[in-house]
Amino acid sequence: MRTLKPGLKLRSAVCASEVMVIRAPGTPAVLACGGAEMLASGEGAPAGVALDNTRAGGTLIGKRYVDATDRLEVLCTKGGAGTLELDGTALEVKQAKALPSSD
Amino acid sequence: MLLDMAAEAHPGRIAVTCDGSNLSYASLRGAAGQAARRMSAAPAGQPPAAHAAWLDTNSLATPVALFAAAYAGIPYVPLNYRLTAAELQELLARIAPAWLAAGPAALDRMTLPAGIQVVPSAGLVAGSAAQPAAASPEAPQDPRAIAVQLFTSGTSGTPKAAVLRHENVLSYILGSVEFGSAGEEEAALVAVPPYHIAGISALLSSTYAGRRVVLMREFEPREWLHLLAAESITHAFVVPTMLVRILEALRGERRSFPALRALAYGGGRMPLAVIERALEVFPGVGFTNAYGLTETSSTICLLTPEDHRAAAGAADALARQRLGSVGRPLPGVELQVRGAGGVVQPAGEAGLIFVRGAQVAGEYRGTGSLLDEHGWFATQDRGWIDDEGYVFLDGREDDVIVRGGENISPGEVEEALLAHPAVSDVAVVAAPSEQWGEAVAAVVVLGAGQAASIAVLQQWVRERLRSSRVPETIMFRDTLPYNETGKLLRRVLRQELRNRAG
Repeated sequence: MRTLKPGLKLRSAVCASEVMVIRAPGTPAVLACGGAEMLASGEGAPAGVALDNTRAGGTLIGKRYVDATDRLEVLCTKGGAGTLELDGTALEVKQAKALPSSD
Repeated sequence: MLLDMAAEAHPGRIAVTCDGSNLSYASLRGAAGQAARRMSAAPAGQPPAAHAAWLDTNSLATPVALFAAAYAGIPYVPLNYRLTAAELQELLARIAPAWLAAGPAALDRMTLPAGIQVVPSAGLVAGSAAQPAAASPEAPQDPRAIAVQLFTSGTSGTPKAAVLRHENVLSYILGSVEFGSAGEEEAALVAVPPYHIAGISALLSSTYAGRRVVLMREFEPREWLHLLAAESITHAFVVPTMLVRILEALRGERRSFPALRALAYGGGRMPLAVIERALEVFPGVGFTNAYGLTETSSTICLLTPEDHRAAAGAADALARQRLGSVGRPLPGVELQVRGAGGVVQPAGEAGLIFVRGAQVAGEYRGTGSLLDEHGWFATQDRGWIDDEGYVFLDGREDDVIVRGGENISPGEVEEALLAHPAVSDVAVVAAPSEQWGEAVAAVVVLGAGQAASIAVLQQWVRERLRSSRVPETIMFRDTLPYNETGKLLRRVLRQELRNRAG
């Protein structure tokens, strides 16, 4: 459980996934990947923690993930095997509108 | 972080090309990481650099400096190398202690203020390709930290330092570019100078898209056309004056650029005649008009290729008029037109343009945020929105002519005069008037071999607009004064008119 803030970088305890928080509700929450809470810089994975095969939908680099209430948004900065979840509910990929290149 | 992601996803892909030399994403990241460590290491007895400045034309080292500043956690401050030595000394004194990457030409002509640590810009790249991509320093995580500081051109008084925070820039990139969406064959030609917001946003968007950037040291139309073919350019951005010069350079020549897919333009008023001609000269190319300001982290409105095609092919005049529009706001940007007393205007009514969104920084160093309590930023641009949401610009607030209490926008008079077959360029500005306070004055450039008298041009306007819009004064000039990024220097013309009157 931690308070997620924009700019916070987290990595998965059980796979290669890394994310950066873009928007956050500002209240304490559990952001998990592959069934284990994600780690901030300097934090180590708890002993014996492993990827939960029922939470192995994978993350893709460059995709943005949001919760159902659209209060949390994270950017995947490194892809991995786990599924992202906020307080036990899987995040969804945010669909981006395709825009022509303008610069 | 944007570069880390690109280097993670496709390390061996070419990130940037300049003068035939390349840097891959991995090499660019390695060079930027190395430069960041040098920026963070202060010389003995001196404070660490608070800014990373760039004073040179574009080169392979430009993106190295941009990303290195982010890794080092200090603002990137590209300076205009065309300024005088005195002007540059003043700006450098404002950002000291600073790290300055500069070319030899810039350094030869001035004495540096205290607290400026100089490194040759070329040295940022040297050797980087040979080294393995070192682990980058942990990029700072504070989204409120300043990413970029740009000095405005300072048309009146001291240049202001516009500030863009990481959260503003990131919001623009995430909102307008899909990560890794570019094919390996895609290449973007960047000809705007490094101190222009479009030059910075082009590097960031292309890095995030995975699109190779081909940097021109300085814009030159024949070289631009040469690179278009030689580098199989697929995307390019130009300011209006560049497009005018490209069309002039092409005159009489039939050339095809099969690789070119997209040509974006912005940074100033694009005359309708120029864009119509460009659509003919580059058939099959998708044109995008991008409207944005430094203070809004670049583009806030887009007129898309589909909009261009629809407007160019439209039979009715109203739909065709959209070719002169800057399009509709980006998904993350709200836009309002406000009239007298701050009242939000209905469609079709002109006023001042306000914008809101996470990419809108609206902040200057020392002055603080210019956003109002609800987050709206006054662009100082005048304009209106049509009933389908297309935004039309109508000049800067400061350029409005107040003639006997009546507000006259130079734009409508300029459009009318430009429609005259003998007129190739025109600027309408205020001239001092004892009777009216300000009077309408036009500075006209005639096309080659064309002639038109003052009386004929006045009559032309009288037939099209209200009588108060008819220029009392018309002055002829061989060219209009533009700065190097295509901004019309109206103050120069106002001064000439005052001198003439006085």
